Amino acid sequence: MEWWKIGVGIWLTAVFAVALSFPIVPEPKHWYEFPVIPGLEERARIIFFHVPVAWTTVVAFLVALWNGVKYLRTMDLEADAASSNSAGLGLLFAVLATVTGSIWARFSWGSFWNWDPRETSIFVLLLIYGAYFALRSAIESEERRARLSAVYAIIAGVTAPFFVFIMPRIMTGLHPGSRGDVQGSGPVVQFHMAPNMLLVFFAALIGFTVLFAWMMEIRLRTSRLELHFMNADSEQS
Amino acid sequence: MAGDSKFNFAEWLRSATGVFWKDFRSELRTRYALNALVMFVVTTLSIVLFSMTEENVAVDVLAGILWVVIFFSAMSGLSRTFVNEEERGTVMTLHLLASPSAIFFGKLFVNLALVFFLNTLVVVLYLLLINGFAIQSYGIFVLTLLLGSTGLASAATIIAAIIAKANTKGTLYPVLSFPILLPLLLTVMNGTKLATGPASLSDAAVEFRILISYSVVVTAASYLLFEYVWKD
Repeated sequence: MEWWKIGVGIWLTAVFAVALSFPIVPEPKHWYEFPVIPGLEERARIIFFHVPVAWTTVVAFLVALWNGVKYLRTMDLEADAASSNSAGLGLLFAVLATVTGSIWARFSWGSFWNWDPRETSIFVLLLIYGAYFALRSAIESEERRARLSAVYAIIAGVTAPFFVFIMPRIMTGLHPGSRGDVQGSGPVVQFHMAPNMLLVFFAALIGFTVLFAWMMEIRLRTSRLELHFMNADSEQS
Repeated sequence: MAGDSKFNFAEWLRSATGVFWKDFRSELRTRYALNALVMFVVTTLSIVLFSMTEENVAVDVLAGILWVVIFFSAMSGLSRTFVNEEERGTVMTLHLLASPSAIFFGKLFVNLALVFFLNTLVVVLYLLLINGFAIQSYGIFVLTLLLGSTGLASAATIIAAIIAKANTKGTLYPVLSFPILLPLLLTVMNGTKLATGPASLSDAAVEFRILISYSVVVTAASYLLFEYVWKD
């Protein structure tokens, strides 16, 4: 095992331990105390898990998009494998983000689903991933599948910003950090977060991104082997 | 494509309009898509009517249902442009006769014509048949319809080109189109809601801006990517 894989394991364990165990107090005096965010209290801890997972979903989609473009330029099937594997991981992270967010919403907003702009956005991302894999399974020829799914990913990629950036701004939302929220009255990420929370948050962000890279590497190696054995089979027969 | 040094705009325009008139004429001869579309619209509207007899439905809901009818009618007819070529085996001939971008824009204009026809039909019937759906700001309504139809046709054309190459064409079309069209649908529904109340044209400026940029972005991306879909 390479050093960075052991590193990400220790890193994420430390982040989880800190995120779950540091006390949330009204007036923090020590470096290990998080301040209370009115209206969120203990539920604020979700930010260390939910937001990095949602972030990884977007990263995975961008990686899939990038490799789709790369496939169209080089016609190299390995780029297509990277694209579809990244989309698969993105789907996994999108489901995780949706489920964690939904459970949190049950306790903060009173119901599992409210069609808040952010919830609508992740729903659309799930739909795009679903449509992407429906398209892939409907085409047999490998080159054609690679080409068409890359084109679809790009078309979805150019229309998705309409959600991520425009919709939350024309609708007021319930989500912390959106325009309807009193606390974070500003654009999405300008949270008034305490420095120590911010540090743990970014540590979690980095940890999840590296975890994604690790999972990506495993899947890429698997599909490289599959490609290799498929070619070997066809040469024998 | 446009980057070609020997690009001849007159030649390009001739083949694009050629593709458009070919489809237009064959449609007038068979009326395959038109008949199906008209029947689809009538059926859908009568289901809506039957489900709302003696009910007072809020005008905001009616504005949404209008676009539900338009979306599914479009999904039933717009894929024909490319699926037809695959089924009749005329793809190779088109490959020989016209450049990919000329074919794309020819097909785009066919779909635009079809969507404008379809939406006019739906809206006229909807206004006549559904009580309680009254428009107060016609400016917003007409502009929303025009811009919404343009965006609908541009997204539907590239998705039609994609699914024409796949195995399960019919079911795949709405599945692939919906996530792409959702930003458009949400915006036109907003615009239509605004049009049912007293609002001036500038109130819907945000909607118009989104719709225009949507059409431009999708058409530009489709133009750049169409070659990869079209060439086997």
